[in-house]
Amino acid sequence: MSHQKSFQYADLLSVLERVVDIMSAPDQYSYPSVFIYGHRATGKSHVVLSIMKDLELPHASVDCVECVSSGLLFHQVLSAFFGPDAAALLPRCPSLSDFVRLYKQMSSNSPATQTRYIILDRAERMRDMDFSLLPALLRLQELVNDNVTVILLSEIVWEKFRPNTGCFEPLLFHFPDYSKGKSLVQILSWDHHPSYTPELYASYINILLGVFFSVCRDLRELRHLAVLNFSKFCEPLEKGEAKESDIHKLWKNIEPHLQRAMQTVYLREVSSVQWEQQQMDEKEATTLRVLSAHAHIELPYYSKFLLIAAYLASFNPARTDRRFFLKSHGKIRKTNFLKKHEKTSNHLLGPKPFPLDRLMAIFYSVVDSRVAPTASIFSQISSLVTLQLLSQVGHDDQLDSPKYKCSVSLDFILAISRCVCVCVRLLDLLALSLVIQSQVVRQERSLFTAVSNLHLL
Amino acid sequence: MSSHGHRTIRMFNVLHISCLEDVHTSVSWAAERPLLSVHIFTPEIRNVAGRKYLSLWREITGSTLVTMSKRRSLTEAQCVSLAQKLLRERLCHQKLPDRPLALDSQYKHLLELLRRTAVHGESNSVLIVGPRGSGKTMLLGCVLRELMSLKEAQKNVLLVELNGLLQTDDKIALKEITRQLHLENVVGDKVFGSFAENLAFLLEALKKGDKSSSRPVVFVLDEFDLFAHHKNQTLLYNLLDVSQSAQTPVAVLGLTCRLDVLELLEKRVKSRFSHRQIHLFSSLSFAQYVDAVRSQLSLPPDFPDPKFSDAWNHSVTKLCEEKSVEEILRRHFNSSKDFRSLHSLLFLSVSRVSVSHSTLHEADLLEASRLISADSKAIILHGLSILELCLIIAMKHLNDTYDGEPFNFQMVHNEFKKFIQRKSHSIHKFEKPVVMKAFEHLLQLELVRPVDSGVCKVQREYQLMRLMLEHGQVMEALQRYPQCPTDVKQWALSAFA
Repeated sequence: MSHQKSFQYADLLSVLERVVDIMSAPDQYSYPSVFIYGHRATGKSHVVLSIMKDLELPHASVDCVECVSSGLLFHQVLSAFFGPDAAALLPRCPSLSDFVRLYKQMSSNSPATQTRYIILDRAERMRDMDFSLLPALLRLQELVNDNVTVILLSEIVWEKFRPNTGCFEPLLFHFPDYSKGKSLVQILSWDHHPSYTPELYASYINILLGVFFSVCRDLRELRHLAVLNFSKFCEPLEKGEAKESDIHKLWKNIEPHLQRAMQTVYLREVSSVQWEQQQMDEKEATTLRVLSAHAHIELPYYSKFLLIAAYLASFNPARTDRRFFLKSHGKIRKTNFLKKHEKTSNHLLGPKPFPLDRLMAIFYSVVDSRVAPTASIFSQISSLVTLQLLSQVGHDDQLDSPKYKCSVSLDFILAISRCVCVCVRLLDLLALSLVIQSQVVRQERSLFTAVSNLHLL
Repeated sequence: MSSHGHRTIRMFNVLHISCLEDVHTSVSWAAERPLLSVHIFTPEIRNVAGRKYLSLWREITGSTLVTMSKRRSLTEAQCVSLAQKLLRERLCHQKLPDRPLALDSQYKHLLELLRRTAVHGESNSVLIVGPRGSGKTMLLGCVLRELMSLKEAQKNVLLVELNGLLQTDDKIALKEITRQLHLENVVGDKVFGSFAENLAFLLEALKKGDKSSSRPVVFVLDEFDLFAHHKNQTLLYNLLDVSQSAQTPVAVLGLTCRLDVLELLEKRVKSRFSHRQIHLFSSLSFAQYVDAVRSQLSLPPDFPDPKFSDAWNHSVTKLCEEKSVEEILRRHFNSSKDFRSLHSLLFLSVSRVSVSHSTLHEADLLEASRLISADSKAIILHGLSILELCLIIAMKHLNDTYDGEPFNFQMVHNEFKKFIQRKSHSIHKFEKPVVMKAFEHLLQLELVRPVDSGVCKVQREYQLMRLMLEHGQVMEALQRYPQCPTDVKQWALSAFA
């Protein structure tokens, strides 16, 4: 391959040799369909298109994400092989039958001197199109009686594509993923900044991979992160605090920054622009305004109590209500109330639905002042549902006893209760609910941190 | 220049003709020049038509020397490329074999049936049933080829070929039939009339027998089971009705891979069908299978360079007798006897043949076999990050503990946290959203699937999922994982986390 960025390593080369062997005799027949799979950014589309360009083979490259309807696919294929006026002959909503008929007509006028290739990128989308499109394209060579080969590129393995009654099985090729030491470092080092040495950049890449490689191996993500954080890495060099050979100092500078990047930019909680700006105004040390709700949602006073009550209602079983929320309860018989599956607690299974009455009962016992049941309280429940902090379970037209479910996590509730002036009794309630739930699953450490968080208020 | 890759070389007033078609084009060229000699190398020279051209040449060129060469002086490269071409055509199913292997009785049965329709005017319907790749289309192709060679059939028989994958609707199928029969209401490429009108017209035309009275029509319905899914099965009903009402001799041939195809037909359609089925189950023994491999890889006797083809056939015979090759073939034979999977194996090996590598070696076959029988899911696991691998191991443990019941992300995260707190030294704690992103990557790779796809009333963390991997696949992937930390391996191997 004559492309500038071709490089040598054994696994990919052997696969490439196989693929090129298939295509090496353009005036002869090639296997009707080929399926190439591999992880993201392993170079599948790039390599196949480069081979097509270098060997100057007639090809039609279609991305299946763009083809919302199969007519778009037919149009692109016909115009790539026979010109746009051939594609204009397709009727309005072309069926596969129209496509095959038109293709046969066109190819009898201009028969294929070389094998024609149809390259379908992100072929997993084809499974959602017409059910007969995938099997028909796999055997297109015999349907149109022409020298054409269909190449499918995908991230997902072939077993998930196979239709129920079977189809023509293509040849399968796997594009291997990059190994850390040899190839990944080599590829990432190509973007090195001209004003610094490649060795410095290589050591920066090694530090970056040390933080991120165990989490993510996608080349595109790693390149993005490398580009975003390089200026921060070079800050001590620019300020004159360190030399290029003081790798340890540079590492100490960049490592906490990379950890923070993992929680924000990597998760796309913060956009790249915001990240770069934050690096530039380091002095202000503002906290990043993240996308997810916990940090900055503002709720009215009673809504916070309603939400806490909803959380308690979702995660405590109903039979424990009497014990927690009544001032005087009788003797509690020691029933083994974890009758069902002992090992899973409610925290693992998810929130349970509760009726409105139960919510109001818990709300009245939780809130510190006397609250009248006015419409403003109930409308706050509806707005919590609109904000998707609560979700309504069951039919919309069940007006007399609507059921709800709490859709927020414990961290959010703790964050809210920090803002509210919470009395000790509430702390005990939350702590007790955690104790009951975690009796079997020993989450002592999280329990203690949760309780200590509450007590620190 | 012919399109077959042979070249007619015109140099120094010596004409080398390597393809018979070129003879015609070369005549005009030759007439203008005094030729020194004409050498004709085509293999067709040996038959009667070739000799006729030879005498024609002698007339035209008069006194020039015209020789007929039996021996081709092709270069090695041309031989190899010609061999590749022949073999590829054979293995990509572009060329029908002379006689389908091991399907003699079915061949005779089908030929007899079609002959009765074509020559004697008897209406018939038959279904050819066989698993994928067993040779249904090939059998039909050979039979039709032989049928069309009969003089009576050649003039009369009309052939209509429909495919269930292409004609997904009765309306489209009807248009295709009228198009292939060239009936009068086809003007250019447009077909007028509604569905009902078209159907009535078609039936009328068939009943009256069109222009020349009662030409037999053969309808070939590929992927017959897909036609049974159309609304009311109108097309099938009408075709089979015509085949029973004996107005025009009509043969309806269905090809399908489903053994239970008759269950799909409605009662009124099933009663009009003659219940004649031809089953194609491969009954080859292993010795016949190896024989078939040898014959598939051998070059035909009319290859232009007999020395090359003899050497090639000899090497193929030796290859088939090797122990390792026999093992490979036995493994393939044990998994599937059909020829299509065999052809994909042979294609991969034949594509390695080139000028520098001009015979088939056992290493080629070995490598092709390895490519074909690779486990793709285990290969995909090789490219996951450590965090994703740990999540898969956590899911495997959940499966073991709860006997395959579905789990959700919270449970997986819980297992992972237990591992981190107790056993792990090399993997440090990750925040929950980072773990969620890794989990979503596994969802995108479809290694984990939600139990009820589409219902998202539940929060993402609590949606129930299943792992799409087997215990054995996970353990095998761990063995091959590059630089897997030992504590992760220990955790995977431990019975109770």
